[in-house]
Amino acid sequence: MEKPKLGVFKFASCDGCQLSLLDAEDQLLAVAGAVDIVHFPEASSRIESGPYDIALIEGSITTPHDAERIQQIRRDSKFLMTIGACATAGGIQALRNGADTDEFMRAVYATPEYIQVLNKSTPIAEHVKVDFELRGCPINQYQLIEVIQSLLAGRNPRTPKHSVCLDCKRRGTVCVTVAQGTACLGPVTQSGCEAICPSYNRGCYGCYGPAPQPNLVSLSTHSLKEGTSPAEMAHSLQNFNVHAPAFHNESQRLTDQIEEQN
Amino acid sequence: MSEGLQAANAPPCFLSKEQFAKLFKVLRALEYDVIGPTIDQEAIVYDRISSIDDLPRGWTDIQEPGKYRLEKRNDDALFGYVVGPHSWKQNLFPPVTTLSVADRTDEGWQFSEPEQDAPKFAFLGVRACELAALKIQDRVFLEGPYIDPQYQGRRNQALVIAVNCTQAASTCFCTSMKTGPRCKAGYDLALTELPEGFVVEVVTPQGEAVINALETQIATEENQNQAEAARQQAVDQITRTMDTTDIRDLLMSNLEHPQWDDVAERCLSCTNCTMVCPTCFCSSVEEVSDLTGDHVERERQWDSCFNVDFSYMNGGLVRNSIRNRYRQWMTHKLATWIDQFGTSGCVGCGRCITWCPVGIDLTQEVAAIREKQT
Amino acid sequence: MNSSCATGETSNAQPNPWVPQTARIREITPEVDNVATYHLTLVDPAAANAYHFQPGQFNMLYVPGAGESAISMSGDPDSPETLAHTIRLAGNVTKSISEMKVGDTLGLRGPFGTSWPLEACKGRDVILVAGGIGLPPLRPLIYRLLAERQQYGRLHLLYGARSPDMRLYTAERSLWSERGLELKETVDRSNPGWLGNVGVVPLLLERLESFEPKQTTMMICGPELMMRFTARTAMQRGMTAEQIWVSTERNMQCAVGLCGHCQLGPEFICKDGPIFRYDQISPYFKVEGL
Repeated sequence: MEKPKLGVFKFASCDGCQLSLLDAEDQLLAVAGAVDIVHFPEASSRIESGPYDIALIEGSITTPHDAERIQQIRRDSKFLMTIGACATAGGIQALRNGADTDEFMRAVYATPEYIQVLNKSTPIAEHVKVDFELRGCPINQYQLIEVIQSLLAGRNPRTPKHSVCLDCKRRGTVCVTVAQGTACLGPVTQSGCEAICPSYNRGCYGCYGPAPQPNLVSLSTHSLKEGTSPAEMAHSLQNFNVHAPAFHNESQRLTDQIEEQN
Repeated sequence: MSEGLQAANAPPCFLSKEQFAKLFKVLRALEYDVIGPTIDQEAIVYDRISSIDDLPRGWTDIQEPGKYRLEKRNDDALFGYVVGPHSWKQNLFPPVTTLSVADRTDEGWQFSEPEQDAPKFAFLGVRACELAALKIQDRVFLEGPYIDPQYQGRRNQALVIAVNCTQAASTCFCTSMKTGPRCKAGYDLALTELPEGFVVEVVTPQGEAVINALETQIATEENQNQAEAARQQAVDQITRTMDTTDIRDLLMSNLEHPQWDDVAERCLSCTNCTMVCPTCFCSSVEEVSDLTGDHVERERQWDSCFNVDFSYMNGGLVRNSIRNRYRQWMTHKLATWIDQFGTSGCVGCGRCITWCPVGIDLTQEVAAIREKQT
Repeated sequence: MNSSCATGETSNAQPNPWVPQTARIREITPEVDNVATYHLTLVDPAAANAYHFQPGQFNMLYVPGAGESAISMSGDPDSPETLAHTIRLAGNVTKSISEMKVGDTLGLRGPFGTSWPLEACKGRDVILVAGGIGLPPLRPLIYRLLAERQQYGRLHLLYGARSPDMRLYTAERSLWSERGLELKETVDRSNPGWLGNVGVVPLLLERLESFEPKQTTMMICGPELMMRFTARTAMQRGMTAEQIWVSTERNMQCAVGLCGHCQLGPEFICKDGPIFRYDQISPYFKVEGL
């Protein structure tokens, strides 16, 4: 039986998620044994054109060229999976969404007319059908291996959707919000990181994006009551997953509130 | 520990703090793994401890809905706090544990129990509400038609050294749940802390074996009066109440009460209340496979009825809203638990109130439902 | 709780409720699209000898790596040396099983749960109502009823399937009829050539003639909504909730009442059910999202 062909494709991103795949070392060898990696510029000079059985997409769509390139990859791929917050939610670069891109261009580049860029950084799923989204900034390498293994085995991947809080509790981490008053997005953020930040005494930054059915309004309302300013709360949501609808809507709601008050 | 062996009328003894310091050595000699209160991550947690110096000497906890802070006491009390984020369930029903092992052989799959020796714990500093919680989890894991072998192995060997509360937090309501603050049963030794030492009640041979290795005196009447006064202080400090009159029927006949929608606006469905609850026992099992897939372990992890996927069935979710999940948690804890196990699932420790990131207080939710019954 | 159906033996037969037995696939009978019956035997002779089940009980079938799934027994309780499980391809586990062949092994824990109230049916008329994949959990009961045919009054099976070609156990159904089980069928969608009933299962009950409600015990297995409507029709025709039994379904994971997933009101479906007397469970059926 022929091994499934796997391609890894990069869009606007920092390469950190692809590095997670490379970091998986021994698991990667097992993966490499089970699939034929035919397109992975970060790791190999071997570059083959499609069709691909599995396409891993890192990064968001930020240029007209990329908006077309992803269409071709979709046509070439049987199973298309996005990896990381850029690909699943637009990434940190989506902070510019809603701002004046032209002004940024003039401020940064000497000859902005050479630069072709879209007004928004958008997740892959806004452009093509995505078969599976793997969250995280960066992704968890074990989750990536799990998804690839499950694909090969023909079963649904196990990537839990619970909150970060559950992981804190399983590992015995004391809640930083309750015990120290530290702002933390854990209650509204999806698991995946094994609750690493609170275990280092930091609040959660929401790297894995909103948990299912997150109650952002309640979390903000309570944080504001405890002394967080609306701007601080809005900023905490304006990170790697700023364009994820739940985080975006709440930071927008808070921003509108601030403007109303001024 | 076995309740059947309680020597009802053994007179309490007095254990000085100097002698108490030697308790750790005695427990080690009896091959106990001592778990007790210690300060970590800005809280009094339960962890492995090896000496009196590990105890939170001179510290207390201030608690309110959604808030917990450590504060310096003006004395050297060793047990001058209430309850913290941890509970003993993490030792008897660990957050992650292997249930079974599968190996692929020439004859097909072979299944076996994981190889593991049950640790022999001594729990030091168990509060009255926590004794009640242990008893409730015993009902779940030991007294139904099926026994959980891991819980059983750990529980049977555990030595329980209770410590009576001498103060209460604002979140405590054990008096409403009739579980405390006085330790009445379910322990091997019960201590009441006084400035110079402890009044100790010994009720089992296991407890006796420990106390006999230490020098004690018969507790004087003054010791006993002092201890009673200290315990009374805890009773007097409890302000929170929950009216449990007909609570099962109250909740089960108000399943469509508007209060469920009200609490759903505040609840984050983050699972914290269920994780800190000393009686919540829900779990799920994951397949943990090596890369070849020939060796697979089934790993049990704490789970929560607040998780979206918890009620997944046939491609859909039964409880697909925060309202329905909060209703499931509270009706189970306070109502249907009684049908299932003959006891409330709540011991009044107040953890779910303190450790809720937005400070939801179940006693107030119950009161709101009671006030306007549908 | 459901003491008439409680099965106290299982915990003794298997001291550690978490460790499965190895079961081997002896035979696979394709039934209809995406449904097949797997005939299993326990590899350990002692375990195989000790294994007994009552109609309505289920096993947890385990494919290492994919997980466990609760599957009702669909075979003859009087020949437990071969354990039949009729399985519809629905999730990870059933998909893995569907890829197995004769001789392959998998894990099995069980039997679990309550059973159909056979004793209560003695001397009475019995109506079985099945919707779709709800027929397999009733099949062990059919075997038992027919084996003891003379001890019961009239026996009916009202069976609804999505379409004529989705009806299970085609060859067997006519044998059942010959042996005294009166079969009435309906389909949601007819095919060319189908001359039978089209419509929902409760219609069969509405049209059932010479029906003596006071004399009858009813057992229903199918989707929750179908069971509710069937029970309602039965009560409209004069039966009481105490004469009706249903087989319920929730997310069963541990099968021994220790994991919390399958709760419906006060009941753990895995150990207090899956078979309930209708008056016991109907108050909770009606609450959305409970």
